[in-house]
Amino acid sequence: MLKAVHYINQFFGQVGGEESADFEPVLQEGPVGPGLLLNEAMKEVKITHTVICGDNFMASHPEEAVARILKMLEGLKFDVFLAGPAFNAGRYGVACGTICKAVKEKFGVPVITSMNEENPAVEMFKSNMYIFKGGRRATYMKQDVEKMAAFADKIARGDKLLPASMEGYFPRGIRHEVFLEDLGLEPKCAADRAFEMLLKKLKGEPYETELPIPKQERVPIAPAVKDLRKVKIALVTSGGIVPKDNPDRIQSCSATKWGAYDISKLDRLMAPDFKTIHAGYDPEQANKNPNVVLPLDAIRQYQKEGRIGEVDDHYYVTVGTGTTQAEAARMGREIAQRLKERNVGAVVLTAT
Amino acid sequence: MVVICNLVNIAKTVGVNRIVPGVAVPYPLGNPNLSPEDEWKLRYHRVGVALDALETDIKEQTVFTVKI
Repeated sequence: MLKAVHYINQFFGQVGGEESADFEPVLQEGPVGPGLLLNEAMKEVKITHTVICGDNFMASHPEEAVARILKMLEGLKFDVFLAGPAFNAGRYGVACGTICKAVKEKFGVPVITSMNEENPAVEMFKSNMYIFKGGRRATYMKQDVEKMAAFADKIARGDKLLPASMEGYFPRGIRHEVFLEDLGLEPKCAADRAFEMLLKKLKGEPYETELPIPKQERVPIAPAVKDLRKVKIALVTSGGIVPKDNPDRIQSCSATKWGAYDISKLDRLMAPDFKTIHAGYDPEQANKNPNVVLPLDAIRQYQKEGRIGEVDDHYYVTVGTGTTQAEAARMGREIAQRLKERNVGAVVLTAT
Repeated sequence: MVVICNLVNIAKTVGVNRIVPGVAVPYPLGNPNLSPEDEWKLRYHRVGVALDALETDIKEQTVFTVKI
């Protein structure tokens, strides 16, 4: 039997309505409100504790609320974290997403919640967690709770988890290779499936792609750097150039990790001290001379000539093959954050 | 930020604003068909274009021209 902690707001925690929305977080033993239904529906998971927090308290002091709740959870042993369902309640949805994300990052347990597709928190958090597709109002409580419970039981039993559309949660933007047999579907070769899709398309019938392409995003144009001699430049690459023992074990494809490696004492990258672990291109040239992917030698030359000033002590790297846009965006944000902290003013990024 | 890459169209699709073309996927700043001296000239040149790009004001996505 796995142990779960459940997060709910002041309303479902039976503290009060809008007038109690500033309610500060508390930890209670056992299930409360919707937790009773969840507990009843789950066969392999038991709610041992409930966190109740006012929606406004979480919305107005998210950092403090999260810190306090994480502290409450520190002493507990739990395997799953549940939140909501939040239906179409915006503040409650954001609160569920915020705390689920923090709990997942700190404790590494699966986090499950439920929201209606109109809830703005879906867009904000769907790539970080399992958000089940829920009803608009609390009248859907029973159905929504049952979906969360069934999935928690599957995790507890170690059952094979199916794609988002089959399990009923919002796609997280993660791609897995699966065999149709394993999904309980009739095997059909890809050429036949593609051809059927094409015929449907030509006839103007609806069809469903197996490879949805995420929507294009526009990125605001950064202003020009006035004088490169006065800013710190950093080198970044998705080409998988790492020190020869790949210390952070960055994956060769579908990467979820990135690394930062010291180049402060180097004039160029030497083989075999540096190599590529990127599985998406022929590594021969990069392994012979890693500067063809990460041009440290040319950057140092420009530095010597006085064309540029400071170069960041580290370069930043991940592998860009099979990497989902969601993971890439997360790593991009994390690297950008690090660059900001190091006061980097310009970036040369090489992509393979 | 400036991106040096061979797959210019993909860079455009994902919203990169300053793009400098690379030579090939496995060696954006190299070319095994050239002598080591010429390969160095090529890399030095394209990194220089990338540095110029960082200092250039642009109004829309721009692919900068390389000579080597």
